[in-house]
Amino acid sequence: MALLEVRDLKMYYKTLRGHVKAVDSVSFDIERGKALGIAGESGCGKTSMAVTVLRLLPSNGKIHGGSVKLDGVDIVKLDDEEFRKSIRWKKISMVFQGAMNALNPVHRVGDQIVEAILAHEDVSHQEAVTRAEELLDMVGINPKRYKEYPHEFSGGMKQRVVIAMALACNPDVIIADEPTTALDVMVQSQVLKAMEDLRKRLDLSMILITHDLSVIAQTCDNIAIMYAGKIVEYGNVIDVFDHPTHPYGMGLVKSFPNIKAERTRVRSLPGFPPNLLAPPKGCRFHPRCPLAGDICMEEEPELIEIGSNSHKVACHKVDMLERGVDIWEQ
Amino acid sequence: MGAVSATEQERSVGHGEVILDVENLVKYFPLRRGIGQSLRREPERAVKAVDGVSFNVKKGELFGVVGESGCGKTTMGRTILRLLEPTAGRVTFEDIEVTALSVEQLKQLRTRMQIIFQDPYESMNPRLDVHRIIAEPLRIQGMVSNSKDAIPYIEKALEDVEMTPPEEYLYRYPHELSGGQRQRIAVARALVLNPEFIVADEPVSMLDVSIRGEILNLMLNLSRERGVTFLYITHDLATARHICDRIAVMYLGKMVEKGPTDSLVKHPLHPYTRALIGAVFVPDPKRKGFGKVLKGEVPSPVDPPSGCRLHPRCPIAQDICKEVEPELVSADDNHMVACHFALG
Ligand SMILES: Nc1ncnc2c1ncn2[C@@H]1O[C@H](COP(=O)(O)OP(=O)(O)OP(=O)(O)O)[C@@H](O)[C@H]1O
Ligand SMILES: Nc1ncnc2c1ncn2[C@@H]1O[C@H](COP(=O)(O)OP(=O)(O)OP(=O)(O)O)[C@@H](O)[C@H]1O
Ligand SMILES: [Mg+2]
Ligand SMILES: [Mg+2]
Repeated sequence: MALLEVRDLKMYYKTLRGHVKAVDSVSFDIERGKALGIAGESGCGKTSMAVTVLRLLPSNGKIHGGSVKLDGVDIVKLDDEEFRKSIRWKKISMVFQGAMNALNPVHRVGDQIVEAILAHEDVSHQEAVTRAEELLDMVGINPKRYKEYPHEFSGGMKQRVVIAMALACNPDVIIADEPTTALDVMVQSQVLKAMEDLRKRLDLSMILITHDLSVIAQTCDNIAIMYAGKIVEYGNVIDVFDHPTHPYGMGLVKSFPNIKAERTRVRSLPGFPPNLLAPPKGCRFHPRCPLAGDICMEEEPELIEIGSNSHKVACHKVDMLERGVDIWEQ
Repeated sequence: MGAVSATEQERSVGHGEVILDVENLVKYFPLRRGIGQSLRREPERAVKAVDGVSFNVKKGELFGVVGESGCGKTTMGRTILRLLEPTAGRVTFEDIEVTALSVEQLKQLRTRMQIIFQDPYESMNPRLDVHRIIAEPLRIQGMVSNSKDAIPYIEKALEDVEMTPPEEYLYRYPHELSGGQRQRIAVARALVLNPEFIVADEPVSMLDVSIRGEILNLMLNLSRERGVTFLYITHDLATARHICDRIAVMYLGKMVEKGPTDSLVKHPLHPYTRALIGAVFVPDPKRKGFGKVLKGEVPSPVDPPSGCRLHPRCPIAQDICKEVEPELVSADDNHMVACHFALG
């Protein structure tokens, strides 16, 4: 049994103009100690998926069905009090998009970690300080810098502090939302290396949300590609990067620039990202898809296994997508 | 191998004629001193954002400038256009000495030299439609007297960025456009005056991967088909590698290496360039491995290290690197590097 099993999860935001179906029947598994990368364009629902799992929804966001099983227990069914007491931060924690910029500039870095520990754990102040020092050490920051302020830290160090805070209660699963997007290549490499070491050492499961496919290729075991609130392709990173099969997945993988590849024209996918208030009927990708036929405009394709290794694709035309044929080639 | 200066070397090699020549460009931002410091007559301190940069760009070329955050790329791009006043140095555009122009002359030159700002959301007024966004530079330059006269120019600019038919887009507002289309409008606005030279400062960093290609290919087409020259500023070596003819690498306000794209990416000579390329992740799970990252962090541009600015972080630094600043010298055809040990 997988540590985390998400099934048919639906979360919609209620707005004046109707429901925004930001998470629409999403399913995936994560084994203990493994990392799943979630990729997809801006606005496709990555952050929404994460806050749904953690039940940190804004007042207009509501779960409309599905289950999230942690160690076999459906945590969607728990009441708020139980969820807060035993799941959030304790079992599943999260590093928020842009969190490093939310550190309080007038408080010492170490004190902010202590605060995070005391908020969730029943320990003495002194115990919390000791733990904070351990956590700093764990993410590769000298505990002697406990008393410094955020402005004395570089971007990469601040990001590591935020990761340390997410580890405060020894969670089993950590969700990291765009943890390196604001950082440049050199620092990104340092932060991801620190995260990878931690994951191995603590046997953590990780969900890494990013639009940067190269980050997923380098750090994750599996990848889920989202489009308009749905997972359209899922599998082992090697399968998906070698044989991206969903037309969108293929376009995304093939348009990602690769510094080690030969020089070619940079690709792009024509068309608009969909409007989640009124997503296209049938397959949500059909208006942009070169293979789209009648069925694609009518029926929603299911995420089904193709070949081996649990590589899954949601596309009616999957039979036409012979392995290796590049449908976006002009 | 003699120490040929950057400008000499490039004039003699390569295809087109030089359109932009930058010589020893310097831009410092003075730090405000506290009253105490002023009273104690402590010396004036400054952020040395661009500290003596020389290079040239040829007509129709796509010239990339890459480097870590804060190394001075944006400051350099803006100082070249005199959107910032240089502290020292000379910029020549064709036969015009940009750094010597009066404000009025500079305004005229704006029709020939333009900039695409990084963020299309910030640089675009959401209350103006496409037609008015693109007409703005025409109005400022006094090239049209009313908005009707502007239409032919605007339609042409929209065609140039492949937004056809133009009527379809003229009266849309930014929120009615996709991210890629919005960035095309930013390009169209820079193109409407028919400039020969464009500074493109991170024009795609805010865009999703799937639409980045649109803008990069557009720049490539404009340079190949219309002879527009680009200074492409980015921290993303992977995209620079795909569209640039030459790339220059900056570190702490200095240019440490430059050369033809393939030569620079496949045979980087400077330890910093090597580290930068090594740190770029490859979208290929079968080539895993974190590149060797330089130790430490980028030092402050207020007190940059003596000698070679990389020396405290450099894996091959020796004593000389702490004392003597290496000059940018040519390694081979057009490929230049500033390192005491890069050339063996
Ligand atoms: N509180 C809200 N109310 C209504 N709609 C919302 C709300 N929050 C997010 N949305 C919408 O839900 C969709 C998914 O947003 P989400 O933030 O999950 O995207 P994302 O994939 O994380 O994007 P990014 O890569 O830009 O962070 C978007 O269309 C967004 O506009
Ligand atoms: N107006 C200013 N006043 C003082 N310092 C400045 C100013 N503008 C830039 N700087 C400083 O100059 C240095 C170079 O900044 P610049 O914006 O040119 O870097 P960059 O290479 O474009 O970085 P990025 O990749 O983050 O855009 C930085 O240390 C920055 O803090
Ligand atoms: Mg998000
Ligand atoms: Mg910049």
